[in-house]
Amino acid sequence: MFFRLATKSLFNRKGSVVLTILAMSVSIFVLLGVEHIRSQTKESFNSTVSGVDLIVGARTGSLNLLLYSVFRIGSPTNNIDWETYQTISTNPKVAWAIPISLGDSHKGYRVMGTSTDYFKHFSYGNKRQLNFAAGQAFNDLFDVVLGAEVAKTLGYSLDDKITLAHGLGNTSFSLHDDRPFKVTGILASTGTPVDQTVHISLQGIEAIHIDWKQGVKIPGSTIQTEQLAALTLTPKTITAFMLGLNSRMTIFQVQRDINNYRQEPLSAILPGVALSELWQMIGILENTLRLISGLILIAALLGLSAMMLASIREREHEIHLLRVIGAPPSYLFLLVEMEALLISFLSLVIALSGLYLGLLLSGDFLTSKVGLQMSFALFSGNNLLFILLAIGATIVAAALPSFFAYRNAKLSR
Amino acid sequence: MSIQLKDVRYSYPDMPEKLVLNINNWSVAAGEQVFVHGPSGGGKSTLLNLLSGMLQASTGEVSVIGKRLDKASSQQRDRFRAGHIGYIFQQFNLIPYLDAIDNIQLAHQFAKTRTSSSLKDDIKSLLTTFHIAPGDWQKPVAKLSIGQQQRIAIVRAMINKPELLIADEPTSSLDQHNRDIFMTELTAMVSEHNTTLLFVSHDMSLAKYFNRIDALADINTAGTEN
Repeated sequence: MFFRLATKSLFNRKGSVVLTILAMSVSIFVLLGVEHIRSQTKESFNSTVSGVDLIVGARTGSLNLLLYSVFRIGSPTNNIDWETYQTISTNPKVAWAIPISLGDSHKGYRVMGTSTDYFKHFSYGNKRQLNFAAGQAFNDLFDVVLGAEVAKTLGYSLDDKITLAHGLGNTSFSLHDDRPFKVTGILASTGTPVDQTVHISLQGIEAIHIDWKQGVKIPGSTIQTEQLAALTLTPKTITAFMLGLNSRMTIFQVQRDINNYRQEPLSAILPGVALSELWQMIGILENTLRLISGLILIAALLGLSAMMLASIREREHEIHLLRVIGAPPSYLFLLVEMEALLISFLSLVIALSGLYLGLLLSGDFLTSKVGLQMSFALFSGNNLLFILLAIGATIVAAALPSFFAYRNAKLSR
Repeated sequence: MSIQLKDVRYSYPDMPEKLVLNINNWSVAAGEQVFVHGPSGGGKSTLLNLLSGMLQASTGEVSVIGKRLDKASSQQRDRFRAGHIGYIFQQFNLIPYLDAIDNIQLAHQFAKTRTSSSLKDDIKSLLTTFHIAPGDWQKPVAKLSIGQQQRIAIVRAMINKPELLIADEPTSSLDQHNRDIFMTELTAMVSEHNTTLLFVSHDMSLAKYFNRIDALADINTAGTEN
């Protein structure tokens, strides 16, 4: 009967209650939404690369190297000599090495030249290896392996022919259209920038640039595609490379050796450390967003408190009647708290439904445009804590009107 | 005795110097139906609040159905009121957004005198006795007529089979026809259950329904002394 009285009392004041629920829903939506996006972004960042001990590039800041080599964001300051790569990758302390060559694109997606070791050794998340959803790794000069998102968005399947563009950007006028690539493999989705990458061999990169100079095709070039197979297509430079070491104990020693490499200025970074540096930079924004969403919730709770307080003044007869039929003042206190909790609970349901719907509708967009795969697990991490906090804050916000109801009940005569 | 007041004095805490009630000795026997009349401001509501345990006497003995309310704690008085006293007002007897059944069940909730299954049957039987059509049982009481609301108020007040029923000007918002129906049904109901009825009104035309008529001025001497 207590619960029934609380629900019917709220229903009786549906106008103001609906507005309060809407305000609370929006504030909880923002609070949980911000937290969910924050935790998913962090998780996504942290799972972008794993099992890689060092990333090596031309001398630059660790964040820049991390961003262009792993996230395909920004540009390198310089390239690395192929001999340097050969020297370091043959170091006895090195177990495997993955060369990376960037610079071209396909319809806005970055093209990455690499070796087949990439598919063997690169891992993401909790040391999960790359898997093929269809086909296999490139074997021939003009074979291409597509990331899951590239294939899905552009509608490619195995054996389709694609043309790469020189340079980056969605629209390019410098196309390598004389040397199309054949899709031989499509990777399974990873939720990392791998999904938005077009993978070809380093030799393929050399082949499409063999008759190009300074970003322009040399006029009158006569090298036919069939002739390329006979040529030695060893790259002169690459953009960066990833290293896996035989022993993790040697990471700092190898890093120091690379950073002091005499033949060429290099930077070797630990991906985990660089990722945490990156996240620290984002931390200020993260805390600001949390603060704003917290303030929005406080504003909504003050609105709830004001609405409940106004209702107490309108309910003097009801309070008196309840007292006469034997309700103790504490019953009135709990009744108002219960009403506030019902509002809070309904707001939570609406906010969580809205979030689910939002994730459902924006999931593809976020994956394709931002590279963020959002999980539907809304009750994970801090969100559960925030839900409990919202409920606790509701109890606190309703304490004042509840106390007024209690006091009115005590003085009722 | 159903009600026994002895040397009762009462003044409100915010005006301690002004005595509102001064009752030397007043009693009502069990099953008696008493009509108390008096002008506004004569301490009528204060007397009823003392008898229902909403207020506590400053001094003196207030005994209702054998319970010394002047010595009981606030919680004890709340529980006693829920279980032993029925109350009907002039208006606002019911929670307007609840239906008749919910209003009556709510009154039962604080007394908890019987199981829910027999309660439902009792409610339906009483509503039928008081000519409330089944179609109106589940309507918010605010949508019913004043006459229907007052009859539901009797059911609400009587659902816990109280030993004492206090009626505070319950007919003043009713027309002649509804007033007669109300009085007939009320007095029949209390007679049937042998409930003590304390009926307060300034409308002397209602005195005919009672075998005992007391003037409030005879009970309460506050303001008449000196």
